[in-house]
Amino acid sequence: MNRIANLWYDQNFRHLFFQVLAVLAIAYFGYFLFDNTSTNLERLNIKPGFDFMNEIAGFMPTTDGMNLTGFDLNTSTHKDVFIVGIFNTLLLAIVGIILATILGFVMGILRLSSNLIISFISSAYVEGMRNIPLLLWILIWYFGVILAGPNVRQSFNIFDTAFINKRYIAVPQPLYTDAIIFLCIGLLIALVAAIFLRNWAKKRLDTEGKDFPVFLTSAAMFLIIPYILLAISGNSISWEFPVLKGFNYINGIQLPASYVAMLMALVFYTGAYIAEVVRAGILAVSSGQLDAARSIGLREGQISRFVVIPQALRVIIPPLTSQYLNLTKNSSLAIAIGYTDLVNVFTGISLMQTGNALEIIMLTMAFYASVSILISIFMNWFNKHVAIVER
Amino acid sequence: MNLNETNTAATYPIGQHPSMPPPAAERGIIKWLNINLFNTWYNSIATVLGLYFLYLIIPPAFDWVLGSATWEASSNKDCRAGAGGACWGFIRARFVLFMYGFYDAESIWRPNLAGILLVALAIPVLVPKIPGTRFFAIPLIFLYPWLAISLLVGPIKITLFSDPAFLVLWIVLIISLVFLGFRGIKTNNLAKRGLGFSLAYVAIILIYLNWGLGLAPMETNRFGGLLLTLVLAITSIVVSLPLGIVLALGRRAESLPVVKYFCIGVIELFRAVPLITVLFMAVNMIPLFLPQGYSFDNLVMALIGLSIFFGAYMAEVVRGGLQAIPKGQFEAAASIGLNYYKSTGLVVLPQALKIVIPGIVNTFIAMTKDTSLVMIIGLFDILMITKSSITDAKWLGLEWEGYAFVGLLFWVLCFSMSRYSQWLERRLDTERRN
Repeated sequence: MNRIANLWYDQNFRHLFFQVLAVLAIAYFGYFLFDNTSTNLERLNIKPGFDFMNEIAGFMPTTDGMNLTGFDLNTSTHKDVFIVGIFNTLLLAIVGIILATILGFVMGILRLSSNLIISFISSAYVEGMRNIPLLLWILIWYFGVILAGPNVRQSFNIFDTAFINKRYIAVPQPLYTDAIIFLCIGLLIALVAAIFLRNWAKKRLDTEGKDFPVFLTSAAMFLIIPYILLAISGNSISWEFPVLKGFNYINGIQLPASYVAMLMALVFYTGAYIAEVVRAGILAVSSGQLDAARSIGLREGQISRFVVIPQALRVIIPPLTSQYLNLTKNSSLAIAIGYTDLVNVFTGISLMQTGNALEIIMLTMAFYASVSILISIFMNWFNKHVAIVER
Repeated sequence: MNLNETNTAATYPIGQHPSMPPPAAERGIIKWLNINLFNTWYNSIATVLGLYFLYLIIPPAFDWVLGSATWEASSNKDCRAGAGGACWGFIRARFVLFMYGFYDAESIWRPNLAGILLVALAIPVLVPKIPGTRFFAIPLIFLYPWLAISLLVGPIKITLFSDPAFLVLWIVLIISLVFLGFRGIKTNNLAKRGLGFSLAYVAIILIYLNWGLGLAPMETNRFGGLLLTLVLAITSIVVSLPLGIVLALGRRAESLPVVKYFCIGVIELFRAVPLITVLFMAVNMIPLFLPQGYSFDNLVMALIGLSIFFGAYMAEVVRGGLQAIPKGQFEAAASIGLNYYKSTGLVVLPQALKIVIPGIVNTFIAMTKDTSLVMIIGLFDILMITKSSITDAKWLGLEWEGYAFVGLLFWVLCFSMSRYSQWLERRLDTERRN
């Protein structure tokens, strides 16, 4: 008796005991769920497993003007629906991330402006966006703004290349010719050249103290090198322009109104959060750093480039990463206005048709989880790159 | 001498000149404008552009909201006949729907009473100037939730507790549990005291819920509008905070690897996926998980999904606070003989939670906003009510009024929460400095 009581007061035994208890509880709970699920599936006549992915879907998971993965109503399967959904989600998330970053940085910097009117406008934007649900913003952009736009025949005409109306934005589509290959090669060359240039410039800055405008030169290279290559090879990129025919535009890509509304809502909403992140990052650079930079005679532009931005970026990047993740996850709200993202077409329609709820929800979650992990890995790498090198 | 040249009216001995007012450009509103709005040429341009931007937005918006608004309307025809501004008659005509959804019109006093009680109990707790915080906090935490449940949904029948045959048995059990608790007080036995009173409390609550306040039952699918939004937000706040604390503590339990990795798995899984997939999971998968014949209604499933999802976020916020507590605090607590539960509950958690109040409130705000996602699984929260109201043929074309109203409601809710947290943060901060 005494020995058993002693055992009970032994810390290691207690830890082991509670862990065995936890494992048993989790295992029993798992068995309980598994047992119920298999009986329920049998009762509902649903075949578990991923065979349903090869069944013909029989519905169109994307709009005709934006069928970029070549989905075919008669032959494409639920697997193709999954791919279309992922493609459309990524199309929304990537463009959204780029635009939201630009808007967020501009607004964050403006909020720090000494000009009271400008900082007031920026604060009003941030507080207005952040305290109202994203879903409401999506509905406002879709029903309130985009659907109040002009009819197809009265589209806003932007230099005969893009046409905006209440149903879609028609934009030119690049045609897949040899020019694309040359363009890619040109971009690759420019990338390699930019990396070399950066290393050379850094070395020169470290040894000789001479500064070189790497960013501007690289940007110029990215614009010019592919063009030179295209000109030498005698190719040119051809675009298919949208043309009004009857009551509709043909040719080109037609980004549906739901896409535009989603994009606008996501960019403005996430932009407000990014603005706060940027503002906090810049404020985190201590004023002593600025005084020190001025005292060694740096110009204002140099202070920003060499002192403020590198230090602010370190503070900005981790929360910026989570904003990118939020934007990607929030793109799943597209179902509210019928944009054909992954959740809408796969988790919504495919689930309704096949009933394989477990598998479909697991695949959807796996997709979002892997995107989260990929973005985190990339941003961690970038973060390590800008982090303080302790000497 | 310069001094005499500028002021020829009188001469003063050196050093006796009275103070002069600063030049016009260096004082008052001109100086202020100079510093804040026109200090450089580009700032001047920005000021002018900014003012023009505000001029473009504010007067028309003001005119739309108040100037030429229509306050009385029985359909959108009356709105079109108005001065062209907002048609608030729409909101007034549908106000009950916006607030209570499809809740029985004669029973609206029930949610009203629940709301008044909540405000009456919560304000003394939230405003530190009002004395007797504990006097209000204890009923708020231990009595109010059950009172609110029976006010809102009426009695909840639990077979084991509603059968009168069992009732005698339960009463005997409760009496003996209370007796056990008093024995615990007498003998200073914490385990007996805690076990006796808490089990008796649970049993009393379970029996109470069967009869409630004797009100008629109300199906949860009649909940809607602001009522549903608040029920979802408050319930998931109340559930997710303790859940998050437990998950965070589990994640830091180094000596219990099974518990630790289970908690990490739950936290990371729910943080990696969008809320909408969690809600889909709740609605589509929970029915599969339950034995045949058992089911939850949609409201409960949405609450489960919301609570677990935000519990994971809350766990990370709380973990941040736990990490900020120096190790010495744990060691000091252990050295005066406190066990794990006491050192965590009395020493570590109070300090950790105080640090992360801003993070917790930010999660509360996110929760309040994200309750609106339940419209996608078919619940009629205030956003869904708005969406369906503006597609009603009688009120077509009034999107902006509906959105402006709901937007304002959410904005006031969330903005006041964030301001309260900033104020609380400042208050706690000064305390620490003293």
